Parts: sequence; structure tokens; C-alpha cells
Amino acid sequence: MVDSTGNCKLKLSYLGEAAILCESVGTLDAGAPDLGLQTQFWALAEVVSQWPAVDEVVPGMNNLMVVLRPGISEPWALLEDIRKEWPHVAPASLIGRVIDVPVTYGGQHGPDLQFVASRAGLTLEDAAALHCQPDYTVYFLGAHAGFGYLGGLDARLHTPRLDKPRMSVPAGSVAIGGVQTGVIALTSPSGWKLIGRAEESFFDPLKEPPALLSPGDTVKFRINRVEA
Amino acid sequence: MIEILSTGPLCSVQDAGRRGYRKLGVSVSGSMDSLAFRIGNVMLGNVANAASIEITVFPFRVRFTAKTRTAVTGAACGIFLDEKAFPPWWCFEVNPGQVLTLTPPSSGARAYLAVGGGIDVPEVLGSRSTDIKVGFGGFEGRCLRKGDRLAANFVAEGSAASGSDGFGVVPPCKGEFERESARLGNADGHAGTCARVLVGPEYDSFTGTSADQLWNADWTLTPDSNRIGYRLDGPTIDLKSPIEMLSHGIVPGVIQVPPYGKPIVMMLDGQTSGGYPKIGTVIEADLWRLAQAALGSKIRFRRVEIDEAVAASVAQEKFIQSIANSQWRAGWK
Repeated sequence: MVDSTGNCKLKLSYLGEAAILCESVGTLDAGAPDLGLQTQFWALAEVVSQWPAVDEVVPGMNNLMVVLRPGISEPWALLEDIRKEWPHVAPASLIGRVIDVPVTYGGQHGPDLQFVASRAGLTLEDAAALHCQPDYTVYFLGAHAGFGYLGGLDARLHTPRLDKPRMSVPAGSVAIGGVQTGVIALTSPSGWKLIGRAEESFFDPLKEPPALLSPGDTVKFRINRVEA
Repeated sequence: MIEILSTGPLCSVQDAGRRGYRKLGVSVSGSMDSLAFRIGNVMLGNVANAASIEITVFPFRVRFTAKTRTAVTGAACGIFLDEKAFPPWWCFEVNPGQVLTLTPPSSGARAYLAVGGGIDVPEVLGSRSTDIKVGFGGFEGRCLRKGDRLAANFVAEGSAASGSDGFGVVPPCKGEFERESARLGNADGHAGTCARVLVGPEYDSFTGTSADQLWNADWTLTPDSNRIGYRLDGPTIDLKSPIEMLSHGIVPGVIQVPPYGKPIVMMLDGQTSGGYPKIGTVIEADLWRLAQAALGSKIRFRRVEIDEAVAASVAQEKFIQSIANSQWRAGWK
């Protein structure tokens, strides 16, 4: 759904009185995230983060969560301001670094590779190769500290999240959640399908910056080996 | 110094939370019951964000090595300074060598031990809160253990402090807030927690029956609930048809419904983003109520609109201010 200015329409919703979620509607219901649209959300984040009523901006996958400063008495005014701002934001491209990530696919740390491969009608090796093929863009960091949501996953590997999330998934797990992929940066609960393991450290609170990845970076996965 | 003599596994140093790093995926952390946390510091005349100890497992015992004042707020636990008992939500003086014991609460789940000047641990990413999942902040990035010795910025000035029996405040679960809770749905004898909820972005994607269940059911807080999230048991909540969503930012209070159909309320150590459909969000002003819900207890939700959610936050702020402005506290200082 595109409005008169050519921008995708925004759906704005309250997450309690503490935050407003801004989502694109219409175009992407069943599809993959769109990098062009993401650059518009990066731009919206930049503009909105300067507003006095705003505490934090948290970009998502083709969306943006705006966290209000505590004590803001008229969140509806902020909601209207965001609605008015959206048609005027110019896409902001982020030029990032290229980060190589070797992965051991399958085996103990990739218990869902078999599921993902069979669903795509591929061997384990071919599924791993397909996962390594694209240059992935870091759309945003979230879920847990240092976790980068990567866009660019081949449609054959799109896999629904688990019906019930696992209570604990080890750091370094390479995972697929719907149309997205990424590396679990810290041992944490997750509903994503696990296909392998990387050795890199993705988050250290005492480093500056604490996170290895930034929005706009490119991630290239490499096959270390494929285990059954 | 404060020496930990006995503690359960889930007690940690917390302040008001770690804001500004969600875009790196860093959870907010901080005191689950922000109201009890803030009032403890108000009673002591501390800066608003002075770090306290959040206590979830009892009994909890500490020995003080210096003269200070302390406030215990939150769950209605037994409070004993050596042999002397104090009521809940009480602020009092302690002397070097005295032992403070907190015994299992008669109601509520989390107690806060605040000390004059606050617990002195290094700030990491702008906060003294323990990020238990990641293992940084607070005291050595972990929950407290027997034998730990915490530094505190002890302040013990003021004549009113000496020889005093201290003072207390009316807990927010009593008085005005109790009447409010009755209005929230305790009138029929429901003995659990009531929290107000704003409908979420995917509310209309759930079947009508399921949406009604959110408001009508008595939800049980399951034993695998923790600072990350509260998993609720009750009727199954179904979508009209499955949705696979793009991940997006979420805040504590967001009620996600994974495909297995039982709601999960995200709490302060929760993930900064998620992708399960959101049926609603517990308003920020009521998160403290959930913080005080015991495992296995019942939770009920009442639907409100955004203006009522804002009004609830304003009322809570006034409640804290009324304590800060009290004459007796000024006299104590």
C-alpha cells in the first residue's frame, strides 16, 4: 500500500503507554523484508530520536519502535507527529563493514538443519551452501544484546519459528526465524530454528562499541563444515 | 560494607534500569517492582536511581559493617534487625555489626533493600542493574551469593536517625491502591493480581472468543516465569489464521502469544524485540503488580484505553511525590 508521496503506509500502535510501534503495511505481509524500506525506517529513527518526547528509538525489520520519555502525558500527539513526519523522510543509506563468519552447520548445535533442508527439498550440504550464498545486510540489533537481524535469506530457507520457544539456546547458534536469519549472540531463550554454530563473539559490554554488528553492515557466512 | 550471610539464588543488585541501549539489543533490566524500588530511595532521601538489592528468595540475611539507614519495601516479608521486628515498608537506622533478616513474605514476591547512598557497584552501560542473562552490571554481573561483600555509599547524617524507631509508609497495595484494585476486578472475590492492559497491534487477528478469554480468564502464573517473562496458563488463545511476522521492538509488559496459544508477558530482562503476535500490553504503571505476583497465583487483566493508561502513570507519580513531600521525611532528614 503506497500513499500519494510514494511512501509505504504506516500502521501506528501503542505498546502500552511506554512505546509506539511504527510498521509498514500492505506490501510485505508474506514477503521478505525490503532494504529500500529499511533505509526509510533508519531515517525516521534518526529524525524521531531528536524529539524531546522520545527516550529511545529501536529499529526493527521494516519497522520502528519509539520509546517515550517517562512522564509524557500526550502520547497521541507524538503518534500524530510520527504520522506527519513519515512522508517527508528521505531514505538514509548506512555504509557498513563486511564481516566474515565461518559456520559449522548441523550437528549438535544445528538440530533444525535437517528440518530446514527437508522442507526445502535439499541435502544438508546444499542447504548450508544456500545459507552461505547471499551477502546479508544487518537490518537492526535486537532480541538480545548484540544479535543482528539479517535480511537477504533465500526464500527456500524461510522457516516458521518454533511453536514453543526453547528456554535456552547457546551463544553462537546460527538460526532462522521466518524470513530472517542471524547468530544468537548470548545464551538465551529463542523460538528460532537452529542450523549451525559460529565461534565469533558478538557482544562484550566492556568493549566500545559493545556489539560486533551495526545496522548497515554486511555479513558473509562461510562453511566451516557440515555435520549430520 | 554489607556482608551477605544467607541468600537464595535470585537476589541481585538493581536500579531503575538500563535505558538507551535497546538498539544494541540490551535489555532494560532494573527493579521489577519500580514503585517499591523508588519509594525505598525516597524514604532514605537517596538520589532516585541509587542501586538497591532485589530479593526474591527468602530468608535473606546481611550484616552491616558501618552505621547507616536502610529501607525495606515491596513484598510483605518479616523484617528483623537482630531481634527487633519492623513492619513492611519501613525505614530505620542500623549500627555496625547488626544483622538484618528478611523472612518469607505473607504477600508479594519481591522485596527491596535500599541503603543510605545506595549500593556502590560500577556503572556498566549507564546503569548499576545486574543483567543476569548476559552477566554484566550489578555485583560482578551475577546474582548475590553467601559471603559477598557489597560496598555502599553510606550516609548516616541527621539527628532524627539516632535512636529512632524509624518510620514507615502505607504500602501501595493498601489504601487507595487497594480500592483501585477492587475496581480492577477483585470485587467478586478474585484473590489474585489485577493488571490493566491496552490492546496490542494484533488484537483483531485473534478469534473473538480468544480475545474475550484474555479479559475473562483467571490466568495462572507458571513456575517457569522469571525476570525475562511471565508464562501464563489458562485457556488457549487462537489466531483466526497463522501469521509469521517481521521482528520488531517490544517493551516490558507486551503480551505475546506464541502458536501454542498461551500468553507470555515480557518482563524487564525480556528480549528487546520479538515476532510473536501481541494481543496486548500491560500498562507500565501496573508492571509492579505483576512483579509482586507469586508463582502459581492468579492474574486477571482489565482492558483500558491509552488515556487511562497515561492517567495511571500520572497517579503513580503523584503517589511517589506525596511521600517525597511528606513533612516527617523532611524531619527525618
